[in-house]
Amino acid sequence: MEYFLELLLGGLTRGSIYALIALGYTMVYGIIELINFAHGEIYMIGAFTGLIVAGLLTMLGFPGASILAIALICAVIWSAAYGYTIEKVAYKPLRGAPRLSPLISAIGMSIFLQNYVMLSQTSDFLPFPELIPEFGFLKEYNSVMSSSELVIVAATILSCIGLTLFIKFTKLGKAMRATAQNRKMAMLVGINVNMVISATFIIGSSLAAVGGVLIACHVGQINYYIGFIAGIKAFTAAVLGGIGSIPGAMIGALVLGLTEAFATGYVSSDYEDVFAFSLLVLILIFRPAGIMGKEKTQKV
Amino acid sequence: MRVKLSLIALCLVMVAMLAACSGEAEKMDEKADVETGEIAPPAKLVLGVAGAHSGDLASYGLPSVNAAKLVAAKINAAGGINGAMVEVVAQDDQCKPEQATNAATKMISDEVKIVLGHICSGATKAAMPIYLDAKIVVMSPSATNPPLTQSGDFPNFFRTIAPDDAQAALEVSFVKGLGLKKIAVIHDKGDYGKGFASFCKTYIEAEEGMEVALFEGVTPGAVDYSAVVQKIKGSGADAVIFGGYHPEASKIVSSMRKKGIEIPFLSDDGVKDETFIKVAGKYADGVYATGPMDFSHNPIFQEALAAHKAEFGSDPGPFFTEAYSAALALLKAVENAGSTDYDKVIDALHNKYVDTAVGKIKFDAKGDAEGVGFSIYQVIDGKYVEVK
Amino acid sequence: MSNLTQETSQQSFISFFLTAGCDSVAHAVKKSFIVAIWFVFLTFPIMVIQVNTIEKTVVWHWNKIGYVAIAVFFGSFLWRWLLARKELKKDESTEETRIEGLLTRIQSHPLLKLASLGVLALAAILYPQVFDLYQTNIMVSCLVYIVLGLGLNIVVGLAGLLDLGYVAFYAVGAYAYALSNMHWGIGFWFALPLGAVLGTLLGLLLGFPVLRLRGDYLAIVTLGFGEIIRLVLENWGDITMGPSGISNIARPGFFGMKMSIMDSTIYMYYIMIGLVIFTIFCVNRLQNSRIGRAWLALREDEIACQAMGIDKMKTKLLAFALGATWAGMAGVIFAAKTTFINPASFTFWESAMILSIVVIGGMGSIRGVIAGAVILILVPEYLRNFAEFRMLLFGAIMVLVMVFRPQGLISAKRKIYKYEASNTASAANE
Repeated sequence: MEYFLELLLGGLTRGSIYALIALGYTMVYGIIELINFAHGEIYMIGAFTGLIVAGLLTMLGFPGASILAIALICAVIWSAAYGYTIEKVAYKPLRGAPRLSPLISAIGMSIFLQNYVMLSQTSDFLPFPELIPEFGFLKEYNSVMSSSELVIVAATILSCIGLTLFIKFTKLGKAMRATAQNRKMAMLVGINVNMVISATFIIGSSLAAVGGVLIACHVGQINYYIGFIAGIKAFTAAVLGGIGSIPGAMIGALVLGLTEAFATGYVSSDYEDVFAFSLLVLILIFRPAGIMGKEKTQKV
Repeated sequence: MRVKLSLIALCLVMVAMLAACSGEAEKMDEKADVETGEIAPPAKLVLGVAGAHSGDLASYGLPSVNAAKLVAAKINAAGGINGAMVEVVAQDDQCKPEQATNAATKMISDEVKIVLGHICSGATKAAMPIYLDAKIVVMSPSATNPPLTQSGDFPNFFRTIAPDDAQAALEVSFVKGLGLKKIAVIHDKGDYGKGFASFCKTYIEAEEGMEVALFEGVTPGAVDYSAVVQKIKGSGADAVIFGGYHPEASKIVSSMRKKGIEIPFLSDDGVKDETFIKVAGKYADGVYATGPMDFSHNPIFQEALAAHKAEFGSDPGPFFTEAYSAALALLKAVENAGSTDYDKVIDALHNKYVDTAVGKIKFDAKGDAEGVGFSIYQVIDGKYVEVK
Repeated sequence: MSNLTQETSQQSFISFFLTAGCDSVAHAVKKSFIVAIWFVFLTFPIMVIQVNTIEKTVVWHWNKIGYVAIAVFFGSFLWRWLLARKELKKDESTEETRIEGLLTRIQSHPLLKLASLGVLALAAILYPQVFDLYQTNIMVSCLVYIVLGLGLNIVVGLAGLLDLGYVAFYAVGAYAYALSNMHWGIGFWFALPLGAVLGTLLGLLLGFPVLRLRGDYLAIVTLGFGEIIRLVLENWGDITMGPSGISNIARPGFFGMKMSIMDSTIYMYYIMIGLVIFTIFCVNRLQNSRIGRAWLALREDEIACQAMGIDKMKTKLLAFALGATWAGMAGVIFAAKTTFINPASFTFWESAMILSIVVIGGMGSIRGVIAGAVILILVPEYLRNFAEFRMLLFGAIMVLVMVFRPQGLISAKRKIYKYEASNTASAANE
C-alpha cells in the first residue's frame, strides 16, 4: 500500500511537470490550431535565461529567495520576447497558407533554436543551482515529496486556475475565445486578432519559462536538448486532455504522469512510454476529441 | 529584376552544389598535380574527425573535435608530422548510421587516411566496412561495443577506451569485494549503457550467492526518475549498478539520495566525468565509477587540460582525454611509419609505444589499447579518487 | 535611350528594395534600427553571457552584439523586400511560376518531352561515372528519401491524412530484411517484396482503428504508434538485438559477384533509380485513377465525398496501406545500403524530415516531392563545409522556404478534364 501511495505521488508530480508545459501548448493550439513544435524550445530558453541570471546574481551575492524571483522574472521576460518574435517571423507570414506549412516552419524553428543555444552556450550539460529553498515542515516527508516538487505542483495548480479565470472573465480572455471560435467573425466585431494571437504567444511562452526554471531547479541540470522530449510529452498530454481546453491539459498531463509511474512501478520502465502512448491511442479511439474536448460538429 | 523567387532559390541551390563540386574538382586537381609532379611531399596531413557534432548527442562528439584541434596545433607548432602540417577536418554523423556512412564516404572522397571517430558504437559499425574497403585507419575514443575489436572483422579499427565487458567484469568483482549481494542493474536503453548493464547482469548471475534484484531501462531525457527509484527501494537491493551516461546517472542518484536511499551507486566510464560531479553536486559524494587508470598526474593530460582552458575557456567535455590520446596515437603512428601507408601505420600502432594522455600505450592484435588499465574511482569531497 | 530606361528601372528597384513595406527610406532605416535593437535585446543573455556556476566565472562576448545588430539591420531590409514581393505576387501565385510553366510546356510537347526525358535519363546513368563515391552515396540517400516522400505523399498530399509516424513502416521494412538476412540468409531481392507486404499489412492493421480520428488527433496517434514500434524494437532485445542493432547485413547481390564498396554503391544507385521510376509511375497512375480522385475529394471535403457514395473508410485505409508499402520497400533498401541498423535511425525526427520533404516540395506534387528531397537531404550534406553551423543553417532554410513559399516549391497541378465542344453538342442533340 505504501508503495502504491509513493507511486501515486510520484506520478502526480510528474504529471504536474508535464501540465506546466502543456498549458502553454494547448493555449497556442486553441487559438491558431498550430502544433507549435518550438514551444519546447521556448521552455529550454527560459531555463537557460534563468540559469544565466541566477549565475550572475549568485556571484553578486544576492540572497537565496530573491535570486529565484529575479531569475523567474527575467526568464519570463525573455521567453515571452522569444515567443512574440517567433510568431512574427515564422508563423504570421503564413496565415492563410496551407495548414501544414506553419507546422514545418515550426519544426525548422525548433532545429534552429536548439543549435543556436548549443553554439552560443555549450553542448554539455550544465548544473542548475537549487534555487528552491528546503521547507522545514517537509523534512519528515522528504522520502515522498521534496520542496521543489511541492513548488511545481503548487505552480501548476495556480497557473491552471489563473488561466481559467483569465480566459473566462477578462476582456482579453474573451477576445481569445472569440478568436479561437471564429477568427473572421472576431475581426468583424472589432477584435484585433493579430494582437490577440501575439498575446497568446506571450502568455504561453511565459508559462513555459516558469516551467523551465522550476523544472530545471527540480532536475538540477539543463542542456540545449531538454525542450524536445518535454515538448513531445506536453503535446501528448494536451491532446489526451482535449486540445485547446485548459483543464483538459491539466487532466491529460496527470493521466499521462500516473500511467508512466504505474507502468514503471508494476511492469517495467522499459515500456513506460509504450504504455503512455497505448493509453493515448485507446482514449482517442473511444473519445476522439480527448478527455475534456468537445466533439465539434462538422459544418458543411 | 523579374526573376521569380523560386528561380532564385533554385539558382542558390545550384550555385551551392556547383561550389561544392568545383571545390571537389579543385582538390582533385591539386592532388593530380602532386601525383604528376616530382616526389614533392604532401604539405599537409589531414586528420578526419567523425562523430556527433549536432543533434541530441553532440555533447559527446564535440569534445573530440576540440581535442583533435589542440593536438594538431601542438604538433604543428613543433614542426608537424614528417614536415607536413596537420589539418583537422570534422564530419558530423549525429550518431546515426546512415549519416555515418555519408561521413565515411566523404572522408574517402577527401582522401583522408586517418580518422578519429566515430563516437557511437552504432555509427562506427555502419561506417567501418567502408573504411576497411578504402584502407583508412580508424581510432575511436568512445565506441566501447566489444565485437568491434573482438570479432576481428576490422583490422583497421583501434580504440583508446576499454570495451564494455572488461569494465563490467571489474565492476562486478569490485561489488563482490564490497560484500554486496542483491544488485539492482539500471541502464539507459542505449547501445553503450544497455551493453554494459547486460554484461554486468551476466557476470553477477555467474557469481555464487549474488543475484540481480532488478534489471530495468530508464528513458534518457525524462523529467524525473522517481518511479524507478521507488522500485529500487522496493526491490530491497544492496547496491545499484547503472550503465549509461552522466545526465541520467546524476538524476537517479540525486533522486535516490533525496528520498533517503543511501545504498552504494556504481557506474561506468560514461559517468567518470567531471561534469557528473558538477551536475550532481553534493549527491555525487560516495559514487563509484570505473574509468581508465588514474591519469590526473600525467603531464600530457595536464598540458591538454591547460590548453583546452586557454583555447576554449572551459573544461573539456566527455571523452576528451581519450580523443586527445587517440589523436596523438594516430599522428605519432604516421610519424613512426614515415608515411600514411596503411600497412605501415597499422604496424606502428601495434608495435610502437606512444606517450599519450592516458599513459604509455600500444595496441594489441585486435585493436584494443594495451596499457590502458582500468580502475575504480570514488567521489570524495567533489573529486574522483582512485580506490586502491 | 535604352540605357536611360535601364537606369530608371534600376533606380526604382533600389528604392523599392529600400522602402518595401514602409513609407520612405528614413522610415525604413528607423524600422530596421528598431528591429536590430530588439534582436540585440533578444539574443543578449544567451549569446553574450556565459556563466559557470561552479567556478563562479562569467565570460562576456560583447563582440557578438555587434554581429547580431549589423546582420539584423541589413537582413531586415531583405526580409521586408521579400515579404513585399510575395505580397505583390499574391494574385499571381495561383498561376504557374515560370519554372512550372516551362515544365508544363515541355510536358505538353511530345518531342520536347521525349528529349528532356532522354537528357534526364542520360544524366542519371552517367552520374556515378562522373562523380565520386561520396556524391553517389549521398545521391542514393536522396533517392531513398524520394521514394519515402512519394509514399508519404499518397497519405498526406493526396488523401490529406497527417501521419507523424510514417517512420514505423520504414523501420519494419528495414528490420524485416535485417532479421531475415541474419537468421535465414534471405537475400535482398526476396526481402524487397517481403518488406513491401509487411508494410502494407502493418498499415492496414494500424490504420483500421485510428482512421476515424480527424486532423491533429490522427497526427498524435500516428506519432504514438511510431514511438511504440521504435520502443519495442529497442526493448525486445531477444528478437531485435536491442539498441546495439544488427550489423553485417548483406548488400544486394548481383549473380553472386563479389563487389567492392564503390561498385556496390553504384549498383545500389542503379537499383534506386529503377525503384524511383517505378514509384513515380505507380503514384502517377494512382493519382489519375478513380481511387486517386476519391482521395483528392476526401481531402477537400469528407462529407461531400461521402454524399457522393465514396466509402470513406476503405479509401482512407487504402491510402494508408499504399503509403506504408513504399516505406517498407525503402526500409529494406536502407538496411542493405548502410549494412547496419539500430532503433536510433527510426526516431520521430525521421518522420518529421519525411513530412518536411512532402510539404516543402509541394503537397500532392511528384516533382515537388523530388525537389523537396533534393533540398532537404543534399543541402545538409553540402553544408558540411560550415561544420557546426550546419544544422543551424538547415533550420533557418526550412523556416525561410516556408515563409516565402508556403505552398511548397512546386505546387501540385490538378489534371483538368475538358469537355470537347462536339461531344456536348452531340449530347445536347440526343
